[in-house]
Amino acid sequence: MTEHERYEAVVVGCGPGGAAAAAALARNGVETLVLERGVDAGSKNVSGGVIYAEESAPYTIESLFPGFREQATERPVTDNYIHNVAGDRVKTFDIGELHHHDTAWADSVLRRPMDSWLAERVHERTRETGGGLLTEIHVTGLLRENGEIVGVRTEELAPIEADLIVAADGVNSELARDAGLMDWDDPAEWFQGVKAVVDMDPAVLDDRFDIDPDEGEAHLFSGDLFDGVRGGGFLYTNRESLSIGTVFHLDSLADERAEPQELLDALLTHPLLAQWLGEEYREREYSAKLVPDSKKVAHESPHDDRLVLVGDAAGQMQAQGPIIKGMNHAVSAGALAAEAFADARSRGDPHRAGEFYERKLREEGVMAKLRPRSYDLVGRLSEIDAVDRVATAVADSALGRLGLRAAPGLLERAYNSPRLVAMVPDTGLPYVMLPTVIGEELGEAVDAESRVDPPELDERIGELTYDVGEPHIRLVDNSFGASGTAVTACPVSAKEFGGGCYRDERVRTNGHEEHLVSLDTQPCVECGTCAVVADTEWEHPAGGKGVDFDQG
Amino acid sequence: MNTVVLTKGVPDFREEQVSFDEDGHLERGKTPTVMNPNDRPALRAALQAKVRTGGTVSLMSMGPPGYEDVLREGMEDVYADDCYLLSDREMGAADTWATAMTVATGLQRLADSPDLVVAGFKTADGETGHTGPQTAYCLGWPLVTHVTSLDVDAAAGRLRAERLVDGDASEVETVEAPLPCFVVADPEFEPTYRTASHRLAHKDLRDATQQRARNLEDHLTVWDHEDLNLDPDYIGLDGSPTIVAGVDPIPKAPAERDATVVDGSRPSELEPVLSELTPYAAGD
Ligand SMILES: Cc1cc2nc3c(=O)[nH]c(=O)nc-3n(C[C@H](O)[C@H](O)[C@H](O)COP(=O)(O)OP(=O)(O)OC[C@H]3O[C@@H](n4cnc5c(N)ncnc54)[C@H](O)[C@@H]3O)c2cc1C
Ligand code: SF4
Repeated sequence: MTEHERYEAVVVGCGPGGAAAAAALARNGVETLVLERGVDAGSKNVSGGVIYAEESAPYTIESLFPGFREQATERPVTDNYIHNVAGDRVKTFDIGELHHHDTAWADSVLRRPMDSWLAERVHERTRETGGGLLTEIHVTGLLRENGEIVGVRTEELAPIEADLIVAADGVNSELARDAGLMDWDDPAEWFQGVKAVVDMDPAVLDDRFDIDPDEGEAHLFSGDLFDGVRGGGFLYTNRESLSIGTVFHLDSLADERAEPQELLDALLTHPLLAQWLGEEYREREYSAKLVPDSKKVAHESPHDDRLVLVGDAAGQMQAQGPIIKGMNHAVSAGALAAEAFADARSRGDPHRAGEFYERKLREEGVMAKLRPRSYDLVGRLSEIDAVDRVATAVADSALGRLGLRAAPGLLERAYNSPRLVAMVPDTGLPYVMLPTVIGEELGEAVDAESRVDPPELDERIGELTYDVGEPHIRLVDNSFGASGTAVTACPVSAKEFGGGCYRDERVRTNGHEEHLVSLDTQPCVECGTCAVVADTEWEHPAGGKGVDFDQG
Repeated sequence: MNTVVLTKGVPDFREEQVSFDEDGHLERGKTPTVMNPNDRPALRAALQAKVRTGGTVSLMSMGPPGYEDVLREGMEDVYADDCYLLSDREMGAADTWATAMTVATGLQRLADSPDLVVAGFKTADGETGHTGPQTAYCLGWPLVTHVTSLDVDAAAGRLRAERLVDGDASEVETVEAPLPCFVVADPEFEPTYRTASHRLAHKDLRDATQQRARNLEDHLTVWDHEDLNLDPDYIGLDGSPTIVAGVDPIPKAPAERDATVVDGSRPSELEPVLSELTPYAAGD
């Protein structure tokens, strides 16, 4: 047997899941090493950005990191709206009730500052246990001995052994894939999130939203503004910027051959947003990332040997209708995994942590939120096309429209019902059809004109920071049939654009023409989309390499 | 284990920084002093030794009081514990031999005698590469030059190094030497930290050093020739067996060359280029 460096616990990734796990491990006196591949924690991370503290959750980020709200967040979300859009007609519902259901607080965040704040504390606390946090370390896979998982392999360091390995390495988790616990096969299991952070003077922001500096707003958008692609948009207020973005079902985005950046632009340039964006539009950052759909992929048993998966790596990302909850669940899961290890260790059997973790996820009610039974019953059923078609026809019928017109109050209440929202099926009805009909029937035309001229893709790429290393994605099958969807679905590629990652090419050989795809990973934002919609093989960038977000 | 790094201030030869007079002579007063760029690999080697084996790192330099900034910069780079400046009018205008004499005496004067001394390869001003080896000679220590990687086993009292044979990158040999030893780091020197504990130690040192560098005065010792008990006749200009007889500026390349712009997309314009080049292709 080779002598390896050993720690009691190794945590891979320092997003909210990893940070929570590390803090809770350190609190239990576990010698913990945290490995993060970014130049800084947060430099690889994107969220929309509202972090929730649920009343029913076993842990909140503030309970693990006192001072978090004070020092690491942007604004508390005090007001919540959903806008049903049909052309320039909009019907707005106040969904404060849904938002506040089970919510102790919810703050907007930007991931680079948030995660680096967490990382500083994580390092201090884990250092006291004899471990610590290292950045720019890319964990490439699991270390196995006699077929059993005993540690991790990295690009920069010699292999490391541990009694507990926490894979908190996010949506594109290499460890979860190495362990065979997650795959990248089915687009229907993922969302793609795309976001622009828009610069805004705080005084102007307060004025345009009519809020105080210690208040913030969350706006959600659905309806016909996204060319029928299933999903929606969001706008959150930060201290000195806005986070505006979209989250779409990846299968729908792929099927419609939609260009994510154009859908984002459709939102940015909608007249409804003119009141907030004004004339001067300055984009600080464009970013994108895959988002797992916990209803479909949250792993029921996210562990193997000494390995536990937490957060996005385990698919623990809950889309509660239009409200997106990933960070809070990653925090709960991370801390529960740590608790499970402490329990297992105190019983003299540290390697049973995974089993205890699985039980805790269930007993603490986390699993029930991630995979609601009501969705399993209703959601699956109504995904059957026929049911959807009928329901859609009713909603769009004269009768259905009449019903809508008669009962706007009922509708607003329906939108505010957590139970209803949890079982919403993933069809066009709730995302596109219903909001559009609501907008048409109940909405009023927006009396404004957008003056926003969003940057082109090459400008967006140009504004991003990259430390380009070796190409980290390889096309296995470069035929257009196998990988062509990536040309449109990749958020930094577009059909007529030569400066992105994916390009389609027609190559003439021996008299016949082939339709191919070529790939240049230089402008890649590592969102993970092409791993699902194209036939690729991933290396992942080395520590400190690749894209480096400064807002997130 | 105690390591000492020798460093020196040199004129900043980078464009925009360096200033020459009409005759092409360096204007020392108008050109800022920076750490000799070739000393950086030496700093990295010493830092690696400290991170991997613990102990202390000291910086030593001979030069005017203005070198303090160079030392501060070095301290931050190498996370040094303390700095020594050998500074005295009598030491001025020394050649490499007189410098080596002085520095070797400084090294011997240290309360904790060093186990390892690291120097850089050549200074950017003198370009001789003599001072390091001559210092090793004065100390009577083994010398390993052109070192590209280093592994010190303090407990066993020896080091193992990879070095470029004759400074040629194509041939590498591995040598062992007993401590104390004098090492000249090659510009190709790359430190490696392959364990998490080394990287964590590195991080700890960085945090602690930033504080120290801010209060350099508390960690700086200045010694003159009397402190070192050196006879002025054997140091500085008087102690230098070689002198710089003169400096001939290399004539500047003619600034204006004839340029003809050719449109590459038009074959007719490329033909004359081709006929110009053809004779050279034959090796004439
Ligand atoms: C556009 C968008 C909007 C969203 N909106 C919201 C929202 O409003 N609210 C909400 O709660 N959630 C939201 N989410 C989801 C949320 O961002 C995630 O669920 C959450 O970040 C998951 O946390 P995590 O700790 O599991 O993973 P991450 O935050 O992704 O952290 C993973 C960490 O692991 C590191 N890492 C990855 N691989 C390796 C490796 N091989 N070696 C070393 N380190 C590695 C990464 O650099 C990263 O720091 C949104 C996501 C997107 C994309
Ligand atoms: S190349 Fe793939 S991972 Fe990179 S940005 Fe495009 S879709 Fe995302």
